[in-house]
Amino acid sequence: MDFRLTEDQRALRKGVRELLARLFDREALRAAVDAPSLDRELWRELGAAGFFALRLPEEEGGVGLGLPEAVLLFEEAGRVLLPGPLVATHVAAGALRGAAEGEVVVTSASEGLVPWLDEADVVLGSTEGAVPVRSVDPLTPLHRVPGLVGAVGAGSPGPAGEVRPATGGPVTGDDLVAALLSAAEQVGSAGRTTDMAVAHAREREQFGQVIGGFQAVKHLCAGMLVRAELARAAVRAAAVTGDPVEIAGAKLLADEAATANARDCLQVHGGMGFTWEADVHLHLKRAWVRSEMWLPAARAEEVVAAHL
Amino acid sequence: MDLAYSAEEEEFRARLRVWLAAVLPTLPPRPDPLDWPARRAYDCGWQRRLHDAGYADVHWDASPTQRLIFLEETELAGAPYVGANFVGLLHAGPTIAAEGTAAQRDRWLPPVLRGDEVWCQGFSEPDAGSDLASLRTRAVRDGDEYVVSGQKIWTSHAEVADWCELLVRTDPAAPKHRGISWLAMPMDAPGVTVRPLRTLAGSTEFAEMFLDEVRIPVGNRVGDENDGWRVTMVTLSFERGTAFVGEVVACRRLLGELARTARENGTWDDPVLRRRLGRLSAEFQALWRLTQANVSEAQATGGVPGAGGSVFKLHYSHARQELYEAAATVLGPDALDLGHDWTLDRLSSLSYTIAAGTSQIQRNIVAERILGLPKGR
Repeated sequence: MDFRLTEDQRALRKGVRELLARLFDREALRAAVDAPSLDRELWRELGAAGFFALRLPEEEGGVGLGLPEAVLLFEEAGRVLLPGPLVATHVAAGALRGAAEGEVVVTSASEGLVPWLDEADVVLGSTEGAVPVRSVDPLTPLHRVPGLVGAVGAGSPGPAGEVRPATGGPVTGDDLVAALLSAAEQVGSAGRTTDMAVAHAREREQFGQVIGGFQAVKHLCAGMLVRAELARAAVRAAAVTGDPVEIAGAKLLADEAATANARDCLQVHGGMGFTWEADVHLHLKRAWVRSEMWLPAARAEEVVAAHL
Repeated sequence: MDLAYSAEEEEFRARLRVWLAAVLPTLPPRPDPLDWPARRAYDCGWQRRLHDAGYADVHWDASPTQRLIFLEETELAGAPYVGANFVGLLHAGPTIAAEGTAAQRDRWLPPVLRGDEVWCQGFSEPDAGSDLASLRTRAVRDGDEYVVSGQKIWTSHAEVADWCELLVRTDPAAPKHRGISWLAMPMDAPGVTVRPLRTLAGSTEFAEMFLDEVRIPVGNRVGDENDGWRVTMVTLSFERGTAFVGEVVACRRLLGELARTARENGTWDDPVLRRRLGRLSAEFQALWRLTQANVSEAQATGGVPGAGGSVFKLHYSHARQELYEAAATVLGPDALDLGHDWTLDRLSSLSYTIAAGTSQIQRNIVAERILGLPKGR
């Protein structure tokens, strides 16, 4: 047993971080917030870099890696708030022509929510009667599918704790993978907001010292790290085992880490944290969106409980 | 990211399982928790069996992964916990092994491994808790001996211990971290008085210890004079490593028992409780994975676990308290009955966010040593 990243995995993570720093830096993020639209050029560059083809076999033109590597990729995507239906396109690569290369943008309905519906080329799942929502996240346009919204009862686990989506029928492997990769994005975001809070706490001075020297502030930061590390261990282990219950538990903790860390990060930033200009709100809003999709808390908790 | 155990590790596990299955039925019945001499005899009898089977030094010499497997398997099999040998095996022993002279290792380590001698810990004082380095128990050199006077508190197993790992102040003029020495004190030395302290659970898990001009040979000092703080840190980092592996396994088992009880008594129909248990189960599963991550790190870096142990302990101690609160919800009015195991466990769990470094101290450690925030209050 060696749960640490292998040398190849560390190199992959470093490579992805550098790639995203080049393709989607903070300037690009703020530009996207000001004019939200799906950047086809960025999408093709991600495709060319193997972002969507990562888990496809090499003989099919893929990179031939697995879920553990995929979660590292999506942690990095979550760190920089990379926009677009990344999870749906990654999961569809291989089954849908052009998705792997980044030529075709795929989105899918989950929990009655469809992100990027107007911009996507292919939509998976029923979107009949979908109506646009004024999305809370400026970088995730959303539609809602009537009838499925708030259908918590329909999503409760079956008699044997079998995972069922709100639409009924067993959750497919694809949906579980989507939940896991969303969880990985949440972990990336939780780690990033921890870094942002710590950086601010080391710089901002009040009462003649940096606020990171005050226990009231440093204890908030320590709590953020604990949440992020616990969720990271859960997500990475779930990627290794592929166990549905472990994936549900990982999504639960990752949602919690991303939303709670964004809120604590906002608190550490004080008044600046409440502004549009600071990036904190973008992390919080994206974390809220991811929390509502692919095994939201109520269902994830029921899934884990059913296996007790 | 490999969670599979090697063939060698699986063989270690298989051999251990076979041995546990054979030895556990031969153990005597568990002693009354309030009968300390009987507890000592029981715990030492178990340690002797481990010793004779070649598992005595699993806490010291085995690889971190083997230690993880050992703690997991013994807990799963329902084997006894280290108990009275906790300090000897997990505190004093590792300290002597790391910092003692050859003569000191020969004198003190074999009896600990055989289960012949029991150690207790004399660190905390009434005015030196979280701020341990401010301890005031005074040791004055008199020829080949130290003359020690002062008061210690929270000393577990003091009543039945043979030795005490004692922190004393040997230089009151030096800065507080630099005037401390580490001594091995025989508990039968004249001038040692032990008075049991009753916990809120009603039991006497620990004691206060009064030292009145106790004479301790200078040869009982481990490490240099006034270097005891560094020597002690070696010990404390052991405590924050794999020390909670068995507990996480036990908590996961308790969750299963809770779910069974809840299904029987109807509380399972309450979605709020059901979901709470689901979340706790996810948390303990993640704590198990975090343990494996910390062990992997320790295995790679050669032993002593770092601040990752604090990250683990912060969430674990909180989650375990929440677990017993959930148990109380499952039990309803039965949670007021001390006859129920979970009631006593709920009371005991109140110490988890205090013992071995309070959660507030752990947050300071995480913030300063991992996140690099400045020291300060």
